[in-house]
Amino acid sequence: MSFLDYFRGKKSGSSASVAKERLQIIVAHERGQREQPDYLPQLQQELLAVIRKYVQISDDMVQVEVDRNESCSVLELNVTLPER
Amino acid sequence: MARIIVVTSGKGGVGKTTTSASISTGLAKRGHKTVVVDFDVGLRNLDLIMNCERRVVYDFVNVIQGEASLTQALIRDKRVDTLYILPASQTREKEALTKEGVERVINELSETFDYIICDSPAGIEHGALMALYYADEAIVVTNPEVSSVRDSDRILGILQSKSRRAEMGQDPAREHLLVTRYNPERVERGEMLSVADVEEILAVPLLGVIPESQVVLNASNQGLPVILEENSDAGQAYDDAVARLLGEEREQRFMTVQKKGFFSRMFKGG
Repeated sequence: MSFLDYFRGKKSGSSASVAKERLQIIVAHERGQREQPDYLPQLQQELLAVIRKYVQISDDMVQVEVDRNESCSVLELNVTLPER
Repeated sequence: MARIIVVTSGKGGVGKTTTSASISTGLAKRGHKTVVVDFDVGLRNLDLIMNCERRVVYDFVNVIQGEASLTQALIRDKRVDTLYILPASQTREKEALTKEGVERVINELSETFDYIICDSPAGIEHGALMALYYADEAIVVTNPEVSSVRDSDRILGILQSKSRRAEMGQDPAREHLLVTRYNPERVERGEMLSVADVEEILAVPLLGVIPESQVVLNASNQGLPVILEENSDAGQAYDDAVARLLGEEREQRFMTVQKKGFFSRMFKGG
């Protein structure tokens, strides 16, 4: 720590705070995936195949998520169609 | 009923075996009948850290496969007489640890011991899964460093979904965070994640903080669990962790820099 940092009070911009930020993002992301059912990736692939019979879309244009509440689960399917 | 505690981390080299050796020695020193089991088949090292590598005759896999009895395989510690070590096999395949076999051995150990400490191998493969499968509690060993924290979170997820408690719908295993190789100077300089950062990210209650210390290597060189270095910072930090594990209230130590005078801070630049 340099002379001025002592008064400035370090932290933000330090490598540790970068580490913390990166970790918070990746850990939240991975926890989200962890709670998803095992069949989801395959479901996503099969949906993609069905949609491709009719429209040409890329892999990332189909998002499948499951939201679980106390009483019900919601399967959320989000398909982005290409512009014509 | 024995308390079954797994020492785990996901990442390798963070201090699982060092922690297993010290926690089990600390529990035994307080008079609890304790056994520490090495689950790292093929890469056993607990025997070296506990200084009993030349006394290994039979191992965990021998017991599972009925080639030796538990009494034949258990090694009694030479320093603390309520402490026993069950070494891992050095030659067998990891898959030799079957769920049924491990369960049989754990059940048999539960009859005579108060504490069963399971020293997990690194990774999330079979050996690590077996080490945490029967656990009532987990000590998650984490270095204040990105890959270790991420891997700890991963192993926590596995504990919460793949352990016996999870499969049977029982209360989840109790989790404890142990931050090791902590360097308060670097934390203060903003070069290392703080204990508070790690706690916040992992959301697991803190069991203790073990400071980065030269004593740890010196102790392992000699096959001495570092908790027996009673005058050292790392030894005392492990002793605190054991006390907390037993429900004692102990204030956290070794988390801050020993305060230097104002002038030495200004002119030494750190």
